[in-house]
Amino acid sequence: MLLELKNIWYSPEETTESVAILKDVSCTLEDDRFYVITGPNGGGKSTLAKIIMGIYKPTSGKIILNGDDITNLSISERAKLGIGYAFQQPPRFKGITVGELLSLARSKKCVGSGCNYLFDVGLCPKDYANREVNSSLSGGELKRIEIATLLSRNCKITVFDEPEAGIDMWSFSKLTDIFEKIHKGRDVTTVVISHQERILKLADEIILMQEGVIKEKGEKIVLLGKIMKGKNNFKKDCLGRVEKNE
Amino acid sequence: MNNLLDDNLIAQVADLHGIPQGAYNIRKNGVGIGRRSTANIEIKQKLDKPGIDIIVKPGTRGESVHIPVIITAEGLEDMVYNTFYIGENSDVLIVAGCGIHNDGNKKSQHDGIHDFIVGKGARVRYVEKHYGEGEGTGERILNPQTLLELQEGARVELEMVQIRGVDSTKRYTKAQVGKNAYLKITEKILTHDQQSAESEMDMELKGEDASIQIISRSIARGKSKQIFYPRLSGLTKCRGHVQCDAIIMDNAMVRAIPEITAYHADAQLIHEAAIGKIAGEQIVKLMTLGLSEKEAEETILKGFLK
Ligand SMILES: Nc1ncnc2c1ncn2[C@@H]1O[C@H](COP(=O)(O)OP(=O)(O)OP(=O)(O)O)[C@@H](O)[C@H]1O
Ligand SMILES: [Mg+2]
Repeated sequence: MLLELKNIWYSPEETTESVAILKDVSCTLEDDRFYVITGPNGGGKSTLAKIIMGIYKPTSGKIILNGDDITNLSISERAKLGIGYAFQQPPRFKGITVGELLSLARSKKCVGSGCNYLFDVGLCPKDYANREVNSSLSGGELKRIEIATLLSRNCKITVFDEPEAGIDMWSFSKLTDIFEKIHKGRDVTTVVISHQERILKLADEIILMQEGVIKEKGEKIVLLGKIMKGKNNFKKDCLGRVEKNE
Repeated sequence: MNNLLDDNLIAQVADLHGIPQGAYNIRKNGVGIGRRSTANIEIKQKLDKPGIDIIVKPGTRGESVHIPVIITAEGLEDMVYNTFYIGENSDVLIVAGCGIHNDGNKKSQHDGIHDFIVGKGARVRYVEKHYGEGEGTGERILNPQTLLELQEGARVELEMVQIRGVDSTKRYTKAQVGKNAYLKITEKILTHDQQSAESEMDMELKGEDASIQIISRSIARGKSKQIFYPRLSGLTKCRGHVQCDAIIMDNAMVRAIPEITAYHADAQLIHEAAIGKIAGEQIVKLMTLGLSEKEAEETILKGFLK
């Protein structure tokens, strides 16, 4: 599927119009490609993902999916069209089990037992399927369940928001395996928001977002080196002190 | 069993489809309509007031007692006293519950007073469901009282559920928990429209190492009102935990007043109470999985009361 974002502006309703979080963002996400969005904290990455999913409505601009204008479609309608979003901070649910959440997530088109996706994220279905998605789960477990939920949906376009956050180093390589597998196996668009070099390396294309605009977008081979070098630039903090970024 | 209406009511309150296994007593419109005792569980009519005595022999294991009450007549006020004598070291399941079908315009009311004496080392699981239905304007009222005495090492789990159709309920639960005994109470209530529900509890941890866990989950919709007033006191070295968790919607009102009192330095008592609407991000999450807003809400509520 071809997703086009055209001149997206976004300011939260509760604030004055002068603070735009997204400023005239335009980009095209193509079929069968793997994108990694990166950039400093607060740059607008999660906001962009929520605009794609329909959680936020753009203040102006258009979202086009395969030529159809979906700007005014609801979250549920977009989900049914095959758009998916793995939350940066997934919510917890009292009384709903991991197994139930996975069943809710599986669209009719999806095949296989939903619980098998737990294996892919390194969780044993036997131990987790009947556990509630409540505060008894650790942060990393919750993130992995969120990823399994999205995998089970088999979406056409999925945005994973910092899937590696809170994931231990043993599971991390499993995670990169998953993205390689999704990428190779199917005709889908994958967007991963990440700060990890190892995930950036998996990308076809890298998108650099900063201060609500797309600073760079291009082939990984071209951009990766540039971004890695850029992060070593000297930068002034808010008190005007010069510090060297890690 | 009598007719389709009764079958439905009994299925709702006691999960029964047909005559139950084990001991049972079925009460309809104020009179007993069916009863069976077993070798280990005797059920007999009280002589001084309406109600029954249920006597479980010491050492009885893996047996069950069903005592559903149904009311299909309007204008009936039914008051009943049931006493349970649970023998030492027994292990039983008791399924109670009351269903009211009121198509009339006069109120129907059932007040059940359940007294439990749970012997040393005995285990009881007690499940009570309350349900109301009917077309008329007559109110459906249920005022249960549950009084418990747990002797040394007894373990009792009460599950009390009221999901639909009861216009007004005033529930009172009182317990005295002895040495090494454990009591768990799970209460689930959903109220809607103009309904009101009140639940008051007096719990005493009397014996050393006694423990109590109270979990109250409720949903208040429409213009309904709920009040929770669990009171817990620890008289010796003991542990107690009260947790009231309510989802409030529409124009409902929920009041939770947990009270804990310690009379001993080794009494560990905790209470938690939270009232709030459904978290917006939970609805959003489920919508991103393809559910409509309404389906998302229902899914969250169903899980919460499960
Ligand atoms: N509802 C809101 N009201 C006001 N400001 C907001 C709101 N939502 C987001 N912001 C601000 O918009 C900016 C972009 O937020 P966003 O979550 O998109 O950043 P991000 O790039 O995902 O950052 P991170 O790497 O930390 O996840 C931040 O400065 C944030 O504080
Ligand atoms: Mg973010």
